Amino acid sequence: MGTAAPHVEYRNVQKSYDGQTLVVEDLNLAVQKGEFLTLLGPSGSGKTTCLMMLAGFEQTSAGTILVDGVSVQDLPPDKRGIGVVFQNYALFPHMTVGGNLSFPLEVRRMPPTERVERVQRALRLVQLEGFEDRRPGQLSGGQQQRVAIARALVFEPDLVLMDEPLGALDRRLREEMQFEIRRIQRELGVTVIYVTHDQQEAMVMSDRVAVFRDGRIEQVASPETLYEEPERAFVAHFIGENNLVAGTVVGTDGDICAVDTGGSTVHAFDVAGSAPGDGVLLAIRPERVGVAPETGQYANELVADVVDVVFIGDHLRVRLRVGSRDDFIAKIPNIVGHGRVLPGDTVRIGWATLDCRALPPDPTVLQTEND
Amino acid sequence: MAAAGSPGIRAAGLTIPLIAFIGVTFIAPLGTLLTRSVYDAEVAEILPETLAVLADWDGSGTPSEATYATVARELLRARDERTLGRAATRINRIQSGLRSVVVKTPRRLGRDADADPPSSWREALVDIDDAWAETATWRAIREAGQPYTARHFLNAVDLETRPDGSIGAMPETRRIYVPLYLRTLWVSLGVTALCLVIGYPIAHAIAHAGSRWSTTLLVLVLVPFWTSLLVRTTAWIVLLQNQGVVNDILVLLGIVPDNERLAMIYNMTGTFVAMTHVLLPFMVLPLYSVMRSIPARHMDAAASLGATPMQAFRRVYWPQTLPGVGAGSLLVFILAIGYYITPALVGGQSGQLISNMIAYHMQTSLNWGLAAALAAILLLAVIGLYVLYDRVVGIDRMRLG
Repeated sequence: MGTAAPHVEYRNVQKSYDGQTLVVEDLNLAVQKGEFLTLLGPSGSGKTTCLMMLAGFEQTSAGTILVDGVSVQDLPPDKRGIGVVFQNYALFPHMTVGGNLSFPLEVRRMPPTERVERVQRALRLVQLEGFEDRRPGQLSGGQQQRVAIARALVFEPDLVLMDEPLGALDRRLREEMQFEIRRIQRELGVTVIYVTHDQQEAMVMSDRVAVFRDGRIEQVASPETLYEEPERAFVAHFIGENNLVAGTVVGTDGDICAVDTGGSTVHAFDVAGSAPGDGVLLAIRPERVGVAPETGQYANELVADVVDVVFIGDHLRVRLRVGSRDDFIAKIPNIVGHGRVLPGDTVRIGWATLDCRALPPDPTVLQTEND
Repeated sequence: MAAAGSPGIRAAGLTIPLIAFIGVTFIAPLGTLLTRSVYDAEVAEILPETLAVLADWDGSGTPSEATYATVARELLRARDERTLGRAATRINRIQSGLRSVVVKTPRRLGRDADADPPSSWREALVDIDDAWAETATWRAIREAGQPYTARHFLNAVDLETRPDGSIGAMPETRRIYVPLYLRTLWVSLGVTALCLVIGYPIAHAIAHAGSRWSTTLLVLVLVPFWTSLLVRTTAWIVLLQNQGVVNDILVLLGIVPDNERLAMIYNMTGTFVAMTHVLLPFMVLPLYSVMRSIPARHMDAAASLGATPMQAFRRVYWPQTLPGVGAGSLLVFILAIGYYITPALVGGQSGQLISNMIAYHMQTSLNWGLAAALAAILLLAVIGLYVLYDRVVGIDRMRLG
């Protein structure tokens, strides 16, 4: 990694199907060799289109895509040598598992003995030894998934694209496959670009995650950074759970700003570089919120009314009314000595200054909060 | 057990209308057809006594005076009962020329011959026509009197029974049915191949075009399907005839000189073109329904695995369309092999198929036995090809949609 040339690079890539609306607008992204990068976003955010442009099934409307520093603009998909795992696997139903795996080797005119060896190795990799004579229709969803992965790897590409490969599996199998894919990727050291709309999946598997929204990347970072240090309200809202409170900056001091939330003033880490008078969105994770009956315990404090308390087991989920909104969530760990709160109580809620991030305002995100 | 019977039996009862329908509309006519091809008791009913007497005849020379008397009496009666013509026609089929002999004999004998018999029936008959003195005539009558006969089937495959009783090929000039069967087979295969070559890209375009185009194209395929067969065939006459649109355009473009306009209709070309056009939807529709079920992603997948578009088509797309290719081809072929109206209208002399000959024997020559035998052989050929197809391809792999 580091200063080496990126394995894949999108440079100012745009895509439009009708010549008017941009499905992908001005995408810039570099993927390092051996990296597991996930494109995460709601459906229709352009992530699959980005993948398909790299695979060569879609043409870019503007900009360039480079692989190993060379533009792939004029290469047809069959000359790009990129492994692709499709959403519904796209296994060939008229061929056996062995036939499916052998296909990319046959079109490369590989001698039969070597072919058999490679197919066996690929089957071993996905733990499907002995399945080569089955037809895809005779396999379970999870097994088909493994075959699809083996087929994308059997010709030993150093770049593999996966388009929501686990979307059709049930939850248990999906979690199992997440680790499996990660294991295989580490074992082979291939670069994987992975598309999903499941943020947990993205968090579990990826080295880095690119969060997509309406054809743009909101933030690219490691899962931990995305969770702890979101730079945009959309990311804060999309990754994990977050309380978003609108406010106005009243003063700044380096990285810290004072924000008026309509009554009380709290301090927050200033992400946007705000000036007094700017509107901001404060983001505070529910598990970083403390709830106490008395004042004076926290650096930042608000008065709130308890609307609802749900017992989850390891924690209590408390819904609070702050100002005009009643969707502020606090998670209280279920530990000895922690006081119970009841609906109707008036309490103080508070948090450490660095746990609260002041983000640029985003009307659409707050809109969804209102729904 | 309840009085109403078990549910299984009652459920089976629901199929009775269907079974009855199949019986009346399919099995009964086919049975009649097959019977008629080997059974014809017409002559046996008209000349029963003659045939009874002839049964004892040794088949050489001419039969006894009593036989002459019997045949004369029965011919006279047949004339009175107006069944003479039917008998004459059938005897004539065994040996041509005998029709006039059979018809004129009772007329010449006169109405009162029965009341005032001549001294020798034999002389009287031979007097009317020398044919009555020939062995072949009597053999023909005896042959025509056989209610069960393989004659029609032999005839239908250009074989005949020689006077010595052996079976052999007809003289070259009279062999018409085997060449006609071969021509029918050849035309059907040709039309099937043409339909496949033309229909495959069309079906592909419809199946993978955008939904708006796809609907338009499908309608374009279906509109001719909804148009009367006669109208479509006649349209080809307008297009292809000597002074037709196609010839006019070719002359206008200077490709063909005016005095050498192409003969594209009332011959094999006409039959080929019109039949291919008429049968094309039967190829396109099964292909379309199979192609629509093939995900477009398969071609992307093949490309991502390194296959060129040609390799992807040959290895991934084509094999998956085979059930549709099989269904469409079988459908077109079976329809083509029994095709009648289009060849009749645009086929001229050289474009006639076996069905036209069957129709001829049904409607014009009234040789229903031969027509039935020809049709039965056609039916057997189709069943044979179907079985062959099943063995080679497997009928369960066929998909109509």
